[in-house]
Amino acid sequence: MQEVTEKKEFTPNIVAFCCNWCSYAGADLAGSSRLTYPANVKIIRVPCSCRVNPTFVLKAFQQGADGVILCGCHPGDCHYVTGNYYTRRRMALLFSFLNYMGIEKERTRVEWVSAAEGAKFSEVMNDFVKTVTALGENKRLTDLRVKEGK
Amino acid sequence: MRDIELKMIERAKALLESGEVARVVGWKKGEFYFDPMPAVFETVEELNDFVYNSFCGANLSKYLIKVSKNPGKTAIFLKPCDSFSLNQLFKEHRVIRENIYVIAIECQGKLSVEKMKKLGVSAITEVNENGEEIVVSSLYGETKFSRDEVLLGKCETCKSKVHQVKDEEIILREMQAGKKDRFEDVEKLEAMSEEERFTFWREQLSKCIRCNACRNVCPACSCMKCVFDNPASGIAAKANDDKFEEQLFHIIRAFHVAGRCTDCGECSRVCPQGIPLHLLNRKFIKDIDGLYGEYQAGETAEGKTPLTSYNEEDGEPSDVFKGEEK
Ligand code: SF4
Ligand code: SF4
Repeated sequence: MQEVTEKKEFTPNIVAFCCNWCSYAGADLAGSSRLTYPANVKIIRVPCSCRVNPTFVLKAFQQGADGVILCGCHPGDCHYVTGNYYTRRRMALLFSFLNYMGIEKERTRVEWVSAAEGAKFSEVMNDFVKTVTALGENKRLTDLRVKEGK
Repeated sequence: MRDIELKMIERAKALLESGEVARVVGWKKGEFYFDPMPAVFETVEELNDFVYNSFCGANLSKYLIKVSKNPGKTAIFLKPCDSFSLNQLFKEHRVIRENIYVIAIECQGKLSVEKMKKLGVSAITEVNENGEEIVVSSLYGETKFSRDEVLLGKCETCKSKVHQVKDEEIILREMQAGKKDRFEDVEKLEAMSEEERFTFWREQLSKCIRCNACRNVCPACSCMKCVFDNPASGIAAKANDDKFEEQLFHIIRAFHVAGRCTDCGECSRVCPQGIPLHLLNRKFIKDIDGLYGEYQAGETAEGKTPLTSYNEEDGEPSDVFKGEEK
């Protein structure tokens, strides 16, 4: 992974919303299993993927994210029974809509990662970072003033 | 049109006089013939200003949220499309069915004064509809249009001429639904590249002056406290940079009414900048129809909306892009 980010100077900002009960623990497992994921992935712990209001995703982009990924429990395994089913509909509609407005569809993603899937977590994050790196900076859905101030 | 107007006034009078209702929601004379405005009539005298003409495009449902909280019943005149909005308000418990008396009225499609102006007619003093022929009198004489030439944008794609809720009706002539497919323009956009779509929306949305009219008029935007009025949200007011803030506003606005928007078309009608907001709402409607089964908000006053329900077999968010890889 290091390779990819070094070759192209651009290192994307990635925000990952991770559900406390599964993917957040999955990230932990990845760490304790000595699997790596890129350091530019900023994890935000949420009680459930369903906690992620679409505004959070937009805000992340506004504040300079180049890609936003949501990780939750596999459908059927939600700690709160049904939360991720709502996430699934909400994000399907939101992502499709963002793309309708011209935002590259590769910048948004939802993945189901359980607490036991440390390896999957690492794979998913590496792949997402690679994809977004190839896309380049998020120019379309960002607030210029934030970028300039940095 | 005048015959219906007289019948409506007659009914409003009777309802107020008998005390069956405490007030009637309708339209009253504006400054000009072409700008009637929503109004609440509480006395028979006030009805002298009552109008119902070709320019009564405004959807009155939203006024009930406030007005119907007052004691006594409220009567309201609803066109077929407006009745969807009222049903949706019933569903969301914003308005209580028992407090409302719905008079379903005829609508042959409302007309656009903007289109008439573009076609060179101004200072309009009267409009007469003879079926498909529209006779416009102005200070400068008489002009004839075909109905299709001057129909309001939202009426071109009228989804139904069947009232979804009513207590009685005043319908003198047969009505026809819109002739155009409402998803046609959404499909055109979908067929464009990401880049082209981005350019299209940026051009459209940078015209936005954040007057909030689209939100204020929307019957689905019925929150007591709106995120756009919260200064801490970062999206409350017009920003100097028009690239992002406006988009953020529009994404949030459209998302908040997703699954609840009845496609009444009011947002596009009132936008002073002529931004085609309906193309945003209809994208959600089209996606919902395609992914979760056809759904028309406001068709019933019960049941869940697509975003407050789910199906275990629903597709994944990534599925929405399947089949469109180029
Ligand atoms: S978003 Fe527009 S079309 Fe939809 S309910 Fe609101 S005003 Fe009507
Ligand atoms: S009505 Fe038009 S100009 Fe006003 S806030 Fe809505 S989109 Fe912007």
